Amino acid sequence: MTEKYNMPDERGHFGPYGGIFVAETLMPPIQELNEAYQRYLADPVFIAELDADLKYYVGRPSPLYHAERWSRELGGAQIYLKREDLNHTGSHKINNTVGQALLAKRMGKTRIIAETGAGQHGVATATIAARLGLECVVYMGAVDVARQSLNVYRMKLLGATVVAVESGSKTLKDALNEALRDWVTNVDNTFYIIGTVAGPHPYPAMVRDFQSIIGREAKEQCLEATGRLPDALVACVGGGSNAIGLFYPFIEDKSVKMYGVEAAGDGVSTGRHSAPLCAGRPGVLHGNRTYLMCDDDGEIIETHSISAGLDYPGVGPEHAWLKDTGRANYVNITDTEALEGFYALTRMEGIIPALESSHAMAYTMKLAPTMRKDETIIINLSGRGDKDMQTMAKREGIEL
Amino acid sequence: MSRLAARFEALAKAGRKALIPFVTAGDPRPDFTVPLMHEMVKAGVDVIELGVPFSDPMADGPVIQRASERALAHKMSLRRTLETAIEFRKTDQDTPIVLMGYLNPIEAMGYEAFANAAQRADIDGVLTVDLPPEEGLECSALLKARGIDPIFLLAPNSTDERVKKMDAAGSGYIYYVSLKGVTGAGHLNTADVEHKLQQIRANTNLPIAIGFGVKDAVTAKTIANIGDGVVIGSALINKIEDNLDDLDLAKQEIITLLASIRQALDS
Repeated sequence: MTEKYNMPDERGHFGPYGGIFVAETLMPPIQELNEAYQRYLADPVFIAELDADLKYYVGRPSPLYHAERWSRELGGAQIYLKREDLNHTGSHKINNTVGQALLAKRMGKTRIIAETGAGQHGVATATIAARLGLECVVYMGAVDVARQSLNVYRMKLLGATVVAVESGSKTLKDALNEALRDWVTNVDNTFYIIGTVAGPHPYPAMVRDFQSIIGREAKEQCLEATGRLPDALVACVGGGSNAIGLFYPFIEDKSVKMYGVEAAGDGVSTGRHSAPLCAGRPGVLHGNRTYLMCDDDGEIIETHSISAGLDYPGVGPEHAWLKDTGRANYVNITDTEALEGFYALTRMEGIIPALESSHAMAYTMKLAPTMRKDETIIINLSGRGDKDMQTMAKREGIEL
Repeated sequence: MSRLAARFEALAKAGRKALIPFVTAGDPRPDFTVPLMHEMVKAGVDVIELGVPFSDPMADGPVIQRASERALAHKMSLRRTLETAIEFRKTDQDTPIVLMGYLNPIEAMGYEAFANAAQRADIDGVLTVDLPPEEGLECSALLKARGIDPIFLLAPNSTDERVKKMDAAGSGYIYYVSLKGVTGAGHLNTADVEHKLQQIRANTNLPIAIGFGVKDAVTAKTIANIGDGVVIGSALINKIEDNLDDLDLAKQEIITLLASIRQALDS
């Protein structure tokens, strides 16, 4: 039944995707990072330290919660939520920043930089930098700074410098450009903590490895709760770190269907969306080859999504590979549908999801009723909605 | 022999250094570029690096980034950059042109289609910032087969091993990025460059052009004397940006700066 899955290759390729597409100045630090990552991932002392941090600092394992009332209401599959929203700092992002920061420390780097969209990765990075006493600079698109001001304040409180990026579309991709510019300028003392499974190799594989704790736990918890593997996994996909974290440990379990949910914004047909896997094409951006939103001339197109964390024109190269091989299905959910998912979970289960995760909720509302009551769906509830209170209140015409 | 190799050989024979301006095609308007290129040749430049505008120029500083944005606002593209080169070639068959940009526009066109189009446009070299030799063999082979030089970058932190790799993969010249940073940065250290060039020279015989952070005639001369040529980009584009309401003046200031550098290099 199972077929060995062994991606990426030595140079970071997932089939035609991934790789290392960077300017020459970044080649030596990337090589240095790759060596450190290979070395410490096989180092029991490092792993023990990481596991202890995940347990006592992050609060793992996160529960797998049976959303019984919502499952009944939808009238189909049993829905389980992987509660990454309960992690310290409120999302799955901390799983990766804890790991990368430990690497940074081992490598003797004194300064940490990061890009952030919704601010969850920025907060998770600022948090770990505060704990380790490292200087921290977070790049964030000016548009995102405005719509996620609560997270900006949290980062500053934690001692990070938040740089509002005014170039291009002033969102996540531009924050990434600016972080790369910083890295190229300060390569000697700086560690770049990328928050998603994109960027040049080894980032897509490394971030996946740090995030795959989600799927490993979920598998064990599901077997314990139901006695069998889940029938479907659902997760939102921007860069795709929470999705790959859930999917990866199940890749060889062919009976488990996987659904990655992209942000359709105003609708894929309007062109105003962030769904490169559903409506883009292969290209090269930010160090790897993957599906991108770009025009016929190869220029990157501006993206749109209600959720800052999904507002990105690319996607992790491993998702591109899983799409092409048919192992995972990629679907999309509009802003309006995502809001329905947001309200549904809030009112049916008393859990307020992040707008990013709400896309996965909304797709589950379509999927669950098509499945039998003895079947199981695991949704990655990748983050909590506290950061979106201002956005939501504003939509409802309420001044906070 | 390629036009680039011949140009560097002739310069070496005459004991002169190459002056290589970088301008973004279509900045600030598509019709500005070809006349500017001809004027630059008259001012004594040896090779022209023509920037292909890209929406996400990760290795560039704010000045070249804004140049890309201005060009893109006029729907400039890789296709139209090649048309710009064709237009220039109509009256100048001698000056080598190197396209400098990012990979995605080439990916979108397709490697083979791009190589064919570059050959038709009589392009001499292609420098793709985010395409290191490890990933670039397929594209380089297509270019080389058409007599176009693939040009690679070296940086202050490049090891001997990487210098050898560039020597094997590249031709025409090597572009040495003089500092850790983006184009137009302000912390160029000539002593460091001099030291690094010894290491590079020990591992390659290709001519070496040095760029990033060169702002004036004095620095240009120092830098050029260390290498075989000097690339100047952001300082020229600044002249465009400072004079967007008077493009004749912008052009004049670019030419004046280049002429002063030419004079310094030759003195």
